[in-house]
Amino acid sequence: MYWDQATECMPRADLEQLQLERLQSTLYRVATHVPFYRKKFKELKINPDGFRSLEELRTLPFTTKDDLRRNYPYGLFAVPLRDVVRLHASSGTTGLATVVGYTRNDIKNWSDMVARILTATGVDADDVVQIAFGYGLFTGGFGLHYGAERVGASVIPISSGNTRRQIQILQDFKTTALVCTPSYALLLADTMLEMDININALHLKYGLFGGEPWSEEMRSEIKSKLGIIATDNYGLSEVMGPGVAGECSLCNGLHINEDHFIVEVINPNTLEPVAPGELGELVFTTITKEAFPVIRYRTRDLARLILDPCPCGRTFRRMTRVIGRTDDMLIIKGVNVYPLQIESILFDIEGTEPHYQIIVEREGRLDKVTVLVEVVESIFFDQMKKQRQLVELIKKRLATELGIGVEVKLVEEKSLERFEGKAKRVIDKRTL
Amino acid sequence: MLKIKNLEAGYGKLRVLKRISMHVNSGEIVTIIGANGAGKTTLLYTIAGIIRAGAGEISLLGKAINQISAEKIVAAGCSLVPEGRQVFATMSVRENLVLGGYVRYKKNKINIGQELQYIYDIFPVLQERENQLAGTLSGGEQQMLAMGRALMAGPKLLMLDEPSTGLAPLIVKNIFQIIQRIRAAGNTVLLIEQNAKAALAIADRGYVLETGKFILQGPAEDLLVNKDVQRAYLGREVEA
Repeated sequence: MYWDQATECMPRADLEQLQLERLQSTLYRVATHVPFYRKKFKELKINPDGFRSLEELRTLPFTTKDDLRRNYPYGLFAVPLRDVVRLHASSGTTGLATVVGYTRNDIKNWSDMVARILTATGVDADDVVQIAFGYGLFTGGFGLHYGAERVGASVIPISSGNTRRQIQILQDFKTTALVCTPSYALLLADTMLEMDININALHLKYGLFGGEPWSEEMRSEIKSKLGIIATDNYGLSEVMGPGVAGECSLCNGLHINEDHFIVEVINPNTLEPVAPGELGELVFTTITKEAFPVIRYRTRDLARLILDPCPCGRTFRRMTRVIGRTDDMLIIKGVNVYPLQIESILFDIEGTEPHYQIIVEREGRLDKVTVLVEVVESIFFDQMKKQRQLVELIKKRLATELGIGVEVKLVEEKSLERFEGKAKRVIDKRTL
Repeated sequence: MLKIKNLEAGYGKLRVLKRISMHVNSGEIVTIIGANGAGKTTLLYTIAGIIRAGAGEISLLGKAINQISAEKIVAAGCSLVPEGRQVFATMSVRENLVLGGYVRYKKNKINIGQELQYIYDIFPVLQERENQLAGTLSGGEQQMLAMGRALMAGPKLLMLDEPSTGLAPLIVKNIFQIIQRIRAAGNTVLLIEQNAKAALAIADRGYVLETGKFILQGPAEDLLVNKDVQRAYLGREVEA
């Protein structure tokens, strides 16, 4: 199913023409209306009129989260506030908040992008969409809300939290599509199991998950526990909000809305583009945004582009799920480790629960990593031998995959903290 | 239909168009709005081959046209209705129209009578005035004649330069309805207008040209609500 087939399936050559046109006028607008970019272009002797091809985008400077912070709150807006109809702020997962604004057209485009993603999953006007993303300054709630209304679905703006109430509404309102973070979906599933609710009796068909990195194994777990089609979607407030990219029902990579954004993948250390299809940091340039355009914004999210076209017919390129953030990359004994790698392994091992915590400490001069894993009750109260075997198995798998030795501790079911928003899995106690 | 990439053009040393890119899809009405001196007419003249492009690419139906002569561009399927009508005042209405069909007649020996009838169906008033000298027509009728003359060449893309100039509001309305009818008949239209509101009302998409650059583009309904466009080109009446 397509929301806007003509656009989503347009020939690549037409798409590139459209991107060039939109990029040229975006550059002109930021150079005229945003002092930050005007100054930066001038310093680097960049002539915004001189753009001939999409490749030349690479000559422009990056925009970073720090640039956004330094221009708090309205410094990077390209329109006067009277043209802005909505303000959001980043969740501040990593430090100070940043403020973004939207004109009426921005909201319309945003809603359309989210509508595409909902439609690609299978959601239509007959669906009842329960949005358990936080409403408020975080873009998640409102972003999905406007998109779902655009599709014509019945929207339940329940917002995040209050798990019991979520479950009651899930049952009573006959929710067919659930929107939240993947970890919260699991929490809902587990809570329902605990409450002895017959999940098969729910009307739930679809789950649209985003807001935090998750693994394929976690998807399988959600699918089997809730019996739904679970798709991944991606976005960040600095670029737009949810809807920057999303999976189609083939669940094989997220289509980037390339008529609104130009994507690049760079090596976060050298800042050079990675070879096509390689893992790197996602960089986005907005080409239709009026209120808050960004040029080459470094997302700090790590993913790869998928080079093959998708069998679904959409011509927008796909990215893999975000496998981590450049800033939650842990450097342990000189090795780069992403929490999601650890998660994937844990999900694979029989007897473990998808809840874990990674603790990094420094003993003397050496880094020490301890992974706390919840295990099912039966194992926990089983014989010591079985426990030891499990610990050894996990250790071995982690060592093979990560290339470093880690400590593993089994903990009781539900002893680790649960998260209603974005999960925080890593505790780094090292003081460097 | 029409694709333009990094087009530069101007007069002598004066660079009017500064690396602009745009496209028109088949069956669309696309409008270019902008103030006096922004470069709108220069753009149309460059597409039509009257002015040579300094740099960049123009392609019509996948074929590069920036190196070929104006008359060949007409034959390739792109006709221009110039600003201020420019009809041949001392010739009759019929003669003006027949002249418009000359390129096609030369090539395929089309049936002029049949083509004329097609034009007369769109503009019945031209049939009434068939034998009148073009110079004696009213402004609105002359505009229709200029459009009819361009259509006689059987264009795939019809370019109109300020068709509303100097016409009474009621006539303007009529002309714009005809443009929509021309599109409905399968033509593609590139419309340049200072009357941004009227142009955006009938267009699918629009580009805003300012000092030789496209500062904005998008669906016509988005441009109508864009505050910059409203302030600069639509006046205050649009308080939607």
